[in-house]
Amino acid sequence: MPQLNIADFPPQLVWLAITFVILYFLMAKVAIPGISEVLESRQNRISSDLEEARRLSEDADKAKADYEQALAEARAKAHGIVSELKASMAKEQEASKAELDAELAKKAKAAEASIREAKETALSHVREIAAETAKSAVTKLVAIDVSDKDVEAAVAGSMKGEA
Amino acid sequence: MAAEHSPLAQFEIKRLIPMDVGGLDVSFTNASLFMVIAIAAITLFLTWSMRGRAMVPGRMQSMAEISYEFIANMIKDNVGSDGRKYFPFIFTLFMFVLFCNLLGMIPYTFTVTSQIIVTFALAAVVFVGVTIIGIIRHGFKFLTFFVPSGVPFVLLIILVPIEIISYFVRPISLSVRLFANMLAGHTLLKVFGGFVVSLGIYLGWLPLGFIVVLTGLEFLVAFLQAYVFAILSCLYLNDALHLHH
Repeated sequence: MPQLNIADFPPQLVWLAITFVILYFLMAKVAIPGISEVLESRQNRISSDLEEARRLSEDADKAKADYEQALAEARAKAHGIVSELKASMAKEQEASKAELDAELAKKAKAAEASIREAKETALSHVREIAAETAKSAVTKLVAIDVSDKDVEAAVAGSMKGEA
Repeated sequence: MAAEHSPLAQFEIKRLIPMDVGGLDVSFTNASLFMVIAIAAITLFLTWSMRGRAMVPGRMQSMAEISYEFIANMIKDNVGSDGRKYFPFIFTLFMFVLFCNLLGMIPYTFTVTSQIIVTFALAAVVFVGVTIIGIIRHGFKFLTFFVPSGVPFVLLIILVPIEIISYFVRPISLSVRLFANMLAGHTLLKVFGGFVVSLGIYLGWLPLGFIVVLTGLEFLVAFLQAYVFAILSCLYLNDALHLHH
């Protein structure tokens, strides 16, 4: 086996030592700091970005709370205005209704009065016309002159009986 | 001629630039070449992919970041927060083994991690380093690591030697695991490659199909063994730091 040739050992050991030591220093001084610096800055960037995101989210939450509060206030205010308006409208309506009622009652009373007057006039005319008609009918039927007094008494008597 | 077609010929060390310092052979070999290529590739990969320093990573940057986080999490889960100090070492170890394994998957390349001396040297560094860390941190108390707690005294006579042996076998098991996986995989690929040629056009497709499947498996092994090497190093480090048992 060529690996067991002891004469080949010294050059391999010497060159292994040289290359390994050089590699160790290249790694320790150049490669590893380069990589760890990049990884570290990425880690810092990530954590600072996360911090920023958390801050922004807190801001957004606060803005949302503010907005909701403002909205609730506006809603309460609007509600107040509406109920106030409703109350005043109801009062106004009530007043105008009362006024209207009073006017209507007055008109109804006036109408009633005029109806009663008309009725009375009509009734008194009816009596006259009935008496006249009865007198002329009696005159024509039996050719006797009936005195107005008798006719009127008869009419009054029949109207009483009818009524 | 026959030697060149041996399945083990791919593991031979070739001196590309023979060098000698004070009687010590420090020739630049094919293994050295691929070690240099591996560290260049790792450095290029990790710096070129991160050049944009993008907040949202692209594909290459993601791969570099994933490698980093993979090892960082491995240390966090297996060692704890005081393992952070050893992150560069474990990361270097993982990337070196991973890239040597993966570079070996390219045809005609040399697999550095298929050399027992290389894997043993890496395991020995881990073993010696971890032992020194344990002794510095706990002093004499480190020796209690070999004495399981809550065990009758009679059993300790048997258990303590077993604990000590298992501790000192660690570098061997760590290095042989990686070495044997690489050796076996690459040898098998070469052997079946030889079958494709010798069986010819009528039957050669059978071993060829096997090679295709095996190549996929070898990629898995390349990742898995780098992972195992790194995680075992983490576990040994954890033992030394916390003396858990």
